[in-house]
Amino acid sequence: MKWLATYPERCVGCESCMLTCSKTWFKEEDKELSRIQVSSSESGYAINVCNQCGKCIDYCPTLAIKRDNSGVVRIDESKCVGCLMCAGFCPTESMFVVEKREKPFKCIACGICSKECPSEALELKQD
Amino acid sequence: MEKMKLLAEWKYEPKKIERGYAGRTLYVNIGDRSFKEKPVTEDMKEKFVGGRGFGLKLLWDAVKDTTKWNDPENELVISGGPLCGITQYPGSGKCYTVFISPLTEQTYDSNAGGYFGPLLKFSGWDALEVQGKSDRDVILFIDGDNYKVEVYESPFEDINAVTITEALHEYFADSEEDKRNISVASTGKGAETTNWGCLNMSFYDLRRKTPRLKQAGRGGGGTVFRDKKLAAIVVRKRGVGPVSNNPADISVLQRTGLKLHKEIRDLDDQQNKMRKVGTPHLNEIMNEYHLLPVRNYKFGQHPEASKIHSKIFEKLFTQGIPDGCWYGCSMACAKAVDGFELKTGPLKGKKVTVDGPEYETCAGLGSNIGIFDPEWIIEANFYADHYGIDTISLGTGLAFVCECYELGFLNKDITNGLELKFGSKDDLMELIHRMGRGDDKFARIVGLGIHKMKKVFAEKYGAPFDVMEKIGMEGQGIEVSEYVPKESVAQWGGYFLTLKGPQHDEAWLIFMDRVNKQLPTFEDKAEALHYFPNFRLWFSLVGLCKLPWNDIEPADNVIKYKGIEAAKVPEHVQNYVDLFNAVTGKNITKEELIVQSERVYNFQRVFQLRLGKGTRRDHNIPLRAIGPVFPEEWEARAEYYDNELKAAGIDSQGLTTEEKIRKLQEYRLSQWEQLVDAVYKRRGWNKNGIPTVETLKRLGIDYPDVVEVVRKHSKPEDNWEE
Repeated sequence: MKWLATYPERCVGCESCMLTCSKTWFKEEDKELSRIQVSSSESGYAINVCNQCGKCIDYCPTLAIKRDNSGVVRIDESKCVGCLMCAGFCPTESMFVVEKREKPFKCIACGICSKECPSEALELKQD
Repeated sequence: MEKMKLLAEWKYEPKKIERGYAGRTLYVNIGDRSFKEKPVTEDMKEKFVGGRGFGLKLLWDAVKDTTKWNDPENELVISGGPLCGITQYPGSGKCYTVFISPLTEQTYDSNAGGYFGPLLKFSGWDALEVQGKSDRDVILFIDGDNYKVEVYESPFEDINAVTITEALHEYFADSEEDKRNISVASTGKGAETTNWGCLNMSFYDLRRKTPRLKQAGRGGGGTVFRDKKLAAIVVRKRGVGPVSNNPADISVLQRTGLKLHKEIRDLDDQQNKMRKVGTPHLNEIMNEYHLLPVRNYKFGQHPEASKIHSKIFEKLFTQGIPDGCWYGCSMACAKAVDGFELKTGPLKGKKVTVDGPEYETCAGLGSNIGIFDPEWIIEANFYADHYGIDTISLGTGLAFVCECYELGFLNKDITNGLELKFGSKDDLMELIHRMGRGDDKFARIVGLGIHKMKKVFAEKYGAPFDVMEKIGMEGQGIEVSEYVPKESVAQWGGYFLTLKGPQHDEAWLIFMDRVNKQLPTFEDKAEALHYFPNFRLWFSLVGLCKLPWNDIEPADNVIKYKGIEAAKVPEHVQNYVDLFNAVTGKNITKEELIVQSERVYNFQRVFQLRLGKGTRRDHNIPLRAIGPVFPEEWEARAEYYDNELKAAGIDSQGLTTEEKIRKLQEYRLSQWEQLVDAVYKRRGWNKNGIPTVETLKRLGIDYPDVVEVVRKHSKPEDNWEE
């Protein structure tokens, strides 16, 4: 299974992961549209990104969410009706919903952000 | 399935949904197979909103004062409403059926989940009106993808719900995946042979790979459906998504929906466990508070109720499936039993998926007829749906039959060999099958409903009418749903001061009134019988389900709010105001929400009046609903009832149980009359239960023809004294 490991203690809060992500997948630099979210926390920074647990698969009424051959949990947008149950029930709240998108989105473990990260706070793993 | 024979076809122009409305309604005359498009005016949206409001308005324009349920001009109207079909908020797929009922002989409305309402609207129609009677069994198909309406000759010999629904999902879909873009409205043979015909509205369950059936159960809409020789109505619309309603502000829908999903995620297990057991979580609660109807409402509790505890159903229901009956319903109460092998009837031996049972079915086709066997209840539930019979009227009706049998009013000669005592599982199941076949005279009499059964039992079999009047649990011609109302004066009104009879979609005030004692005066009760019926009616205008309103509550609801305010669940009321404004672009307040309902509430009341009902005389209540009728009922809670007499200031020293019963009845009937007066006053009605012209004016529904009905029936002596 491919997934993105995070080391928040190394994070410097530069947000380059977020900008890279939104640029890659939504063709615009907008942190809101990033599939990884970094925020300030008491001890520094918190990183919220999907761990590919796949719980959302069971909540989807249209079978739009599936695990692909690499173990990554993906949303088939053509089947998604934007009911947001996956987002509401995500144990880590890593299924994101924003006003400008009618449908939710999530990390698909592409690893591009980990290459941009200057502090090695992100690592693409394959179990 | 072979290609069906096309009898008629009509094409229409595509139309974009604007802020929750298609802006037009579809009229089909199934008799002469003509079709028409009617515009939805701004006044119609303002005064009737949608859903049941549109249904009543269209029916009003379609019928005469003298129209009976089986006249060709009676209609079946199906409408969703402006919020129907939003995908982001739980409980947003309801549609409402409106028709003149064979049971109550006045207007009735009954709602169903499933995908029918949303797909109808997204096909371009705010409502569907079906008028006329066909000369043969037909299937009406609304093809929202190709913008045409077609009428086919029905190829089905077996007009029963499961058979028809499965076949039509298969017939009209291009693939397995495509089946979810279809919804079928159907009923069964029992809708022809009884007045209890229900409508089943389907949605396709992609995981179980079978259609599921959600019922517009009450009032006999299925019987009207079959009277028109409709075998099914099918609607198909592909490509439904998050903005199909074209809302004014999707961000509010997202935010509000997400908030409720999280509430349900965090709190449902501690609150009502709707996701795991659905409405049967009520089984044990009702039993605990003497509210579970047992043996025709004689009792409210039974030692064997543990056998129908929700824990048992939790194991029987398949867990872990998103059981919403429309997209986005994370409350997921549409539970189902899978792989259930039928033990009786025409499908004996077949393994089926059974929708439900809901609480009402567990009680109606369980405790109320003296049966505490989950497997039996599931089997009865399956066949009731399949035959198209409302499980609530069926349960209460059978309970009445059982009591008549045990009182010796009926015997095996009359029942054609069936021993219909409480708990007679085999014979009661056989009676259900006889209703489904329609070949048995006694089963046909039962299917007329309690109101008419009383007359037939008296006239044909010499049963004492006065006793049956006391124990027959019906009002306005329809059977009481499955709660024992005896001990709550407010709930007498919640059941019997209703627009269309004792169902529970207007008010459920028992805890508020009796347990929490929050409604001490008649004025308090009347206020609750103003607010809650109107608030709950609003769901039927916009296309929503009631359950996500108060079957889940914010964690701090009872901390932030007290008493009746807490029961209103203010945060969820605000959700609804926000959702309405976000879809329609309007700017209503929670007070205006109630006025929207009040308009339709009063309009429907006048409609009943127009059809020869709708006065104080029609707000009748059977004695069984207000207290014990026979000594065994008193004796089961003797101490409690002795205290009730004492609290009423009645000296019961030296009285026999029969005399005590009479005393309590007299006292409670006087309370009933006081309640009726207080409620009528609060609602702006005269002493005879007729809305005053002032009330119509205040609500802006003083249309000339509406005012004329009121004027025609109002007498000066019915005015309240100053």
